[in-house]
Amino acid sequence: MSGPTLFGLVACALVGVGLYGLIVNPQPLRKILAFNVVGSGVFLLFGVIARRGAAAGMGGDPVPQALLITGIVVAFSATALAITVLLRLFDETGSTTLAPEAPSPSANTGTSQG
Amino acid sequence: MIVDAFYAAPALLILALGIYTTVVRDTFPATVGFLAYGLLLTVAWVQLHGVDVALTEAAIGGGLTGMLLVRASARLRPIEGQARAETPGLPLRLLAGLVAATVAGALALALLTLPDPAPTLAAEAVANIASTGVGNPITAVLMAYRAMDTLLEATVLLLALIGVWSLTPDRVWGGRPGPRYNADPDGILSFIARVLPPIGIIVGIYIFWVGADHPGGKFQAATIVAAMWLLTLMAGLADAPPIGRRLLRALLVAGPVVFIAVGVAGVPLAGTFLAYPEGWAKPMILVIEFALMPSLALTLGLILAGAPERGAQP
Repeated sequence: MSGPTLFGLVACALVGVGLYGLIVNPQPLRKILAFNVVGSGVFLLFGVIARRGAAAGMGGDPVPQALLITGIVVAFSATALAITVLLRLFDETGSTTLAPEAPSPSANTGTSQG
Repeated sequence: MIVDAFYAAPALLILALGIYTTVVRDTFPATVGFLAYGLLLTVAWVQLHGVDVALTEAAIGGGLTGMLLVRASARLRPIEGQARAETPGLPLRLLAGLVAATVAGALALALLTLPDPAPTLAAEAVANIASTGVGNPITAVLMAYRAMDTLLEATVLLLALIGVWSLTPDRVWGGRPGPRYNADPDGILSFIARVLPPIGIIVGIYIFWVGADHPGGKFQAATIVAAMWLLTLMAGLADAPPIGRRLLRALLVAGPVVFIAVGVAGVPLAGTFLAYPEGWAKPMILVIEFALMPSLALTLGLILAGAPERGAQP
């Protein structure tokens, strides 16, 4: 097995690991984290595909590599927005739970204000 | 089945850290693990001959995203216990594991059955590079062949900042992001915040400039400059600007506006949006990059600083 193929298999495993975390972890912040693990797995897999396209004296296909740079920046933008929404939710309600019936110990802070 | 240790070691460490950040009980160690995970991914990118991607991953994918996650986890720590009570039971966890394993297995199967030889655009990218005037094929893709992607990418970043700002509570609208930091003026943080930025800014400008011919570029450079700015903010040496300031907003949109203006100029001059006239590719790319880099640094820094939390008064 070649080195890039090993990275490719690790990338597939990372997508799986992240997906598991996304479903199982109840905290929204952990879901955002897990989603980033899924994303990095997808990026790494795409990077392995770029590496397979090595030609014309280049170590990898530059087109997917350029798309990856764009992808990483867009993933960061989405993560930053998601985290800010989460922190605002926490500031407003004192909780970030996704449960339909919030098990809130301080009952009157449990409802949303807007 | 012997794999080079330089591949096997980072691959296994990345997988181990990916699993760690997902299953570890507390959120704070998970986010710190994610930072280390991002740095190790950088090694993988170098091994995959994607040095430009490695720089982006180190700066943005690992660095900035990791910093956001670490900070959010510190802030949400008081409600950790409450959230933990909602962990789903064993049947759902098993089902999630099954779904995850199926997806991972299908992807692995697809990877192992990819066509050989692989399709590639490397030859075309290299063949036409002379007309763009740049020497790094990835920069040629980002700024010439697929400049539209880069324009939209810069716009997405700006939209993310508008999204972050729109979450400002009404009472502090137009105010300054984040708390006013008060570090010990004789402490190590203040010392680093005085010594590091001049070096960091030079490194940033270098990475920006060599991006035309070697790995590097404006996004990676803008991240380094933004990081230096955030360092001085956190050491209390400078204060974040109020978001209502007109000059600040003008600087934020200057980069994308110049990019769009050059793109529109391409319609009469070269026949289509974002096309460069013959022989003018390199100067026009430079105009875009010089306009975009300060806007990007400012946008990234302000996204990291977050929504305003206090009034415009210092």
